[in-house]
Amino acid sequence: MVTVEVENLTRTFGKFTAVDQVSFSVQKGEIFGFLGANGAGKTTTIRMLCGLLMPSSGTASVAGFDVYTQPENIKKNIGYMSQRFSLYEDLTVRENIRFYGGVYGLSRPQISSKTDELLEFLKLQDQADALTASIPMGWKQRLALSTAMLHDPPIIFLDEPTSGVDPVSRKNFWLLIYRLAEQGKTIFVTTHFMDEAEYCNRVSIMRDGAIIELEKPQTLKTKYNVNTMQDVFMQVVEKKSL
Amino acid sequence: MNRILFSITKKEFWHIIRDYQTLIIIILMPILMLLLFGYAVTLEMRQIETILVDQSHTPQSRAFLDDITSTTFFKITDRDVPEKEFEHILQQRKARCIIVIPADFARSLETQPETNIQVLVDASDPNAANYIRNYLIQISARFNFKLNPQLKMPFSVEPRILYNPDLKSYFFFVPGLVAVIILLITSLLTSIAIVREKEVGTMEQILVSPVHPLQIVIGKMIPYTVIGLIDSILILIMGRFLFGVPVLGSPWLLLLSLIIYVLSGLSFGLLVSTITESQQVAMLTAMMITLLPTLMLSGFIFPLKSMPLIFQYLSNVVPATHFLTIIRGILLKGSSLMDILPEMGALTGITILLLAISIRKFNMTLE
Repeated sequence: MVTVEVENLTRTFGKFTAVDQVSFSVQKGEIFGFLGANGAGKTTTIRMLCGLLMPSSGTASVAGFDVYTQPENIKKNIGYMSQRFSLYEDLTVRENIRFYGGVYGLSRPQISSKTDELLEFLKLQDQADALTASIPMGWKQRLALSTAMLHDPPIIFLDEPTSGVDPVSRKNFWLLIYRLAEQGKTIFVTTHFMDEAEYCNRVSIMRDGAIIELEKPQTLKTKYNVNTMQDVFMQVVEKKSL
Repeated sequence: MNRILFSITKKEFWHIIRDYQTLIIIILMPILMLLLFGYAVTLEMRQIETILVDQSHTPQSRAFLDDITSTTFFKITDRDVPEKEFEHILQQRKARCIIVIPADFARSLETQPETNIQVLVDASDPNAANYIRNYLIQISARFNFKLNPQLKMPFSVEPRILYNPDLKSYFFFVPGLVAVIILLITSLLTSIAIVREKEVGTMEQILVSPVHPLQIVIGKMIPYTVIGLIDSILILIMGRFLFGVPVLGSPWLLLLSLIIYVLSGLSFGLLVSTITESQQVAMLTAMMITLLPTLMLSGFIFPLKSMPLIFQYLSNVVPATHFLTIIRGILLKGSSLMDILPEMGALTGITILLLAISIRKFNMTLE
């Protein structure tokens, strides 16, 4: 079942074309990786799919809803976590959870039970009333993911979720992502780290606003006859820029 | 809908309470400004350093000088200094005024139709010089009248000072302070609060949720409206008990105008937040577009009627201009809604316009 369907999606800023005729589709339960250098158009694409930015042309639907006409429905069906984690540092862990619960329109009892559930899941019961500024990066990252999923969305967009986090936390984070995918959630993730690209079911590599490769990691490695995604990425970027 | 709004407002209150430095400023600033404007900054003149030079030494000259020394307006710092030092004294600012009674004062009073005394005034502060001049004219008129009771005055002006009979300048400043402080708090704090969310990235996180942008705006405005109102009530209460500034008009009319005025400040803040990306820039911009016009162009200190016409027109777009007329009217004159209808209309109009522009701009920049 297709949950994200994108065709010839384009976004221009003045004369600059940030995303150029991008097409792809993502299956339910898939971990879909989005690779590319800074400024390649990854974030712009995600922002269009999340309803933060209107496309200039092309079509896209998320969870069956059109990005032009039904952004409100899309927002109810997606979770979004950016590299900045978007937590309020001067609020406690519990207050952050409650706030985002409120923003998603959860009822008071729902918020209470979700809060307890999340605190136990994150093993943050002891830090529940500590200011978010005082907890380690790895925990902030997991807290940010949890708050983005309070309303139980079927699709989750992760925009460089692991930048600035230590390797152990990164690995734990990916275990979490796997578990979510097993539950049938669709994960749409952008990353800088090529080792993380190996964990994805499929990856797309973007350059100058266009998708130039879209395959399973294993297929790409075979195609370029290399052992790691790092090498695939270097070859793809170098070859095309010649 | 309401639950979402409530969450945002509650969170905003948490921010305010956690940031205790800002909280202290919010509470202390009105108090300090009120004390400063009430006690220190005054437009009244007293204790003018004055030197008296009596070259006549007669009962008449002493009687005239007694009239001068008996007021608190003049502070006599020296007497009978030689004439060649006058220039030096004024240059050194040892006195702002020198009064010289000529040697033939007594004789001239008896024989001449007109007698002159010399007054040297340092007019580098023109306002003070004017005060000194007027005061001496009064004293000499009284002196003349005492000397010749049968002297006929063709007519005299007997002013009745209404609404502020003792001409206290804090009657003028306290309502003005309400205007300045509300604007400062509402525009500054809202713009910073919104720009901070942009900086940290939480704004984006809220925007991918089903929250309507208007809910964010309203949710954020509520706490600052409350703070603005609390601060104004604080100033009014202190003004009442420390300085005796009355509230003669309807408190409800006062509250209504306060709320409209607070909304105008909030829309300024919202507008600033849409054109700035960092908290520092937001702060400076908010100061520039709100504080400066309010201090200079609203009649808070400088009377509008004596400004060039172009500034008088400009002052009409400053919300504080209308609000000052309203609040001074309600507090000091007991104005009713009918008395201040044109100003209320103008203030409401400006506020609605500002609010519409800023919300539109806010929606557009989210793109």
